[in-house]
Amino acid sequence: MSDARGTAADAASLDTFPRLLMQHARQRPSRPAMREKEYGIWQTYTWAEVADKVRAIAGGLAALGFRRGDRLAVVGDNRPRLYWSVAACQCLGGIPVMMYQDAVAQEMAYVMQDAEIRFACVEDQEQVDKMLEIQGGLPLLEHVIYDDARGLRHYDQPFLHGLDEVVELGTAHAGAHPDFIDREIDKGSPDDVSVMLYTSGTTGKPKGVCQSHSAFIAAARGGCSFDKLSDQDDILSYLPMAWVGDHLFSYAQALVAGFTINCPESGETVMNDLREIGPTYYFAPPRVFENLLTQVMIRMEDASPIKRKLFHHFMDVAKRCGADILDGKSVSGGDRLQYWLGKLFIYGPLKNVLGMSRVRVAYTAGAAIGPDLFRLYRSIGINLKQLYGQTETCAYVCLQPDGQIKLDSVGTPAPNVEVKLADNGEILVRGPMLLKAYYKRPDATAESINAEGYFMTGDAGFFDEDGHLKIIDRAKDVGKLTGGGMFAPNYIENKLKFFQHIKEVVCFGNQRDFVTAFVNIDLEAVGNWAERKGMAYAGYTDLASQPQVYELIRECIEQVNADLASDPNMSESQIKRFLVLHKELDADDGELTRTRKVRRNFVAEKYAVLIDALYAGKTSQYIETQVTYEDGRSNKVSAELVIADAKTFPPQPRKAA
Amino acid sequence: MARKIGDVIVDLQNISLRFGGVKALTDISFNVREHEVRSIIGPNGAGKSSMLNVINGVYHPQEGQIFFKGALRKKMEPHEAAEQGIARTFQNIALFKGMTVLDNIMTGRNLKMKCNFLQHALYWGAAQREEIAHRIKVEEVIEFLEIQDIRKTPVGRLPYGLQKRVELARALAAEPHILLLDEPMAGMNVEEKQDMCRFILDVNDHYGTTIVLIEHDMGVVMDISDRVVVLDYGKKIGDGEPDEVKNNPEVIKAYLGTSH
Repeated sequence: MSDARGTAADAASLDTFPRLLMQHARQRPSRPAMREKEYGIWQTYTWAEVADKVRAIAGGLAALGFRRGDRLAVVGDNRPRLYWSVAACQCLGGIPVMMYQDAVAQEMAYVMQDAEIRFACVEDQEQVDKMLEIQGGLPLLEHVIYDDARGLRHYDQPFLHGLDEVVELGTAHAGAHPDFIDREIDKGSPDDVSVMLYTSGTTGKPKGVCQSHSAFIAAARGGCSFDKLSDQDDILSYLPMAWVGDHLFSYAQALVAGFTINCPESGETVMNDLREIGPTYYFAPPRVFENLLTQVMIRMEDASPIKRKLFHHFMDVAKRCGADILDGKSVSGGDRLQYWLGKLFIYGPLKNVLGMSRVRVAYTAGAAIGPDLFRLYRSIGINLKQLYGQTETCAYVCLQPDGQIKLDSVGTPAPNVEVKLADNGEILVRGPMLLKAYYKRPDATAESINAEGYFMTGDAGFFDEDGHLKIIDRAKDVGKLTGGGMFAPNYIENKLKFFQHIKEVVCFGNQRDFVTAFVNIDLEAVGNWAERKGMAYAGYTDLASQPQVYELIRECIEQVNADLASDPNMSESQIKRFLVLHKELDADDGELTRTRKVRRNFVAEKYAVLIDALYAGKTSQYIETQVTYEDGRSNKVSAELVIADAKTFPPQPRKAA
Repeated sequence: MARKIGDVIVDLQNISLRFGGVKALTDISFNVREHEVRSIIGPNGAGKSSMLNVINGVYHPQEGQIFFKGALRKKMEPHEAAEQGIARTFQNIALFKGMTVLDNIMTGRNLKMKCNFLQHALYWGAAQREEIAHRIKVEEVIEFLEIQDIRKTPVGRLPYGLQKRVELARALAAEPHILLLDEPMAGMNVEEKQDMCRFILDVNDHYGTTIVLIEHDMGVVMDISDRVVVLDYGKKIGDGEPDEVKNNPEVIKAYLGTSH
């Protein structure tokens, strides 16, 4: 080390990610920083190795002409070398721009133009092909670097470089300028933008959120101290690198706490890799928890009667007392014994199958999780918690403290975060983790941060008596029924989505007389159910239109209606009419965002005929829709959709819970 | 095109093969060049599989000569062909159904293992080192063919298309110079065929493996082959580049019948 700043070990100077990385390389050089499964075997990279690689890549980037303030697009699955490129870019004072790897070329083109990308670091041939497809429209793009050379041998474009070549350039560069990287790291300031993450664009075009080093480090430090994370922890990094959650958990917190990141072998092997690694710290959106459970439930239904009985018996025990035991509340001796037996026979093996035997802290966020689903994971002893945050707040606003878990709240404000409610119920937050700005969008920045420096989240919520924040819905989605009752579509949809047979729901009702819903069935769960009943079906569209399936969905809806009837705020939002859509809502058709949230307005517009039919009292409606396949081809799907009624219930006073 | 087609590696001259009074192949001559994709096509019973069996030493033609890498080949057994770098897959899958994908592919390395049965049973010293070295090769193939997620799955539980891919993997694990593929795409849907085509071309491109292929799907054959030889009733009726073969009147007659 050449410089006083570079060697200083006190916490105050560890205020940028490159400095944190170099500090780990000095402090715990031989601890594992990253693992990657390659050729079927977990390969470990120590902090010292990672620091060396990052230096080499940074040198290579510099040799290619990368300058302070330049932006580096990073596209691909969670690969160690892509994380290194992010760090290398930050060493040089550049800004990594994380992009979703499953985006189609045209979506990438928008982000690349908006962020004025000169350098891109991508994973493999698939991404290189996308870059070649759009590079005609990107005059600024100068260099594309790829990690995996497979299939790229005959690509002779001069602007394409293998990462190995960049590393070699970097090694040569380090020979000529030995102090260069350290000096560049020293030039960095905590207020520099450390990363640009694009909002998923539920509304309008994606916006680039610029986050500074200090913001992300503050969020990561807060989270690490809150959950007592140390360098002994392990995390599986499998969620898109472009998502703020992954950047916080797999990058920022790992660099702050010094724990180990594990990269799965491929998207298909995540379940296996999860089991092999057994992470202590785990993050997944509710959808993943839901899918895991659906798979287990489907398999349980095919198990032998004795096993099934055992399973259901002990799951009932867990439901009764599991969550209380986890929270350290008092539980009767008999229940404790039963739970202990259940742990031996069911929960332990089940946790092992799920890959969660070692999980100490698990989080979910990104969408509301069904309370029953949430309770179930907690009841078998997995410390699953919820958090609340946005891209603009480094995914760090509220966290659920251990032992104070409420099923329908997102916890208390995190350390150093101020949360308050606007008059209309909108949640406002202030703290060190707020975004610096939207890239080149001062208007949007000004709109989202008010005069007192609060970021306006756009979510509606309220604090309960214990100071826990409860999220109802997007503030702009919360509407009113013509009868005056509140209409919170997400709230209703989430209740429905917990049923294993329902994959996605979109509710309508703002400025209407009553609530209606589009339903997507879960092909795996309903298909399994249909098989057991001996029903023949030809595919999703056919299955979705079967009268028995409608009956099945109707039962789910009526259960939710009964539940809503007992809530004085919500009793008017019972679903009166519904239909099962003929196709699955899909991100490729623009109906979901890349993070798989429903784009409500888009869906409403696209299927306007269906909504009209729902409210006009028709019993069926013909619809024809364009669908896009993963390879970009498109086709038309048409169907005559049946519209069904569901029973509603008179409002009832809530029973004492 | 960066791939360079080299010299003739297998040269078959005037091959005739009879089973008793049945003439399976009559006076067939053609050659295979290094690094090329060479297809054999023809109607059912034309003698295509027999031709492959002649190349890898299962059948011994009564007449004709085979030159392999320039040298006249004596009567040889299939394992000798395998040792010389000829690997194949079969029309009906010939994998060990109860073994995992990984173990099946490991069998492809069998000929290259030097330690004896006892050493392997003890799994110590040289045997262990050998196994690890072979496992690395096998893992490379697994990654190449993108079957990491089924590594530990018993083959019998896999769908047909994946079993075909595993069979290709096993053949590749032997690091062959020549890969004989007997209808690698039979019974597959369009998407599986596309995947298989890509893998075959990747193998050819990446490892430089010479590929001899029997296939019925004309679209596939014309797309991926460098040269095509056409058999009918055990006789050669066409030989050349895909376009040439496509316009050959004899070939059209054999496939479509003549207009009377």
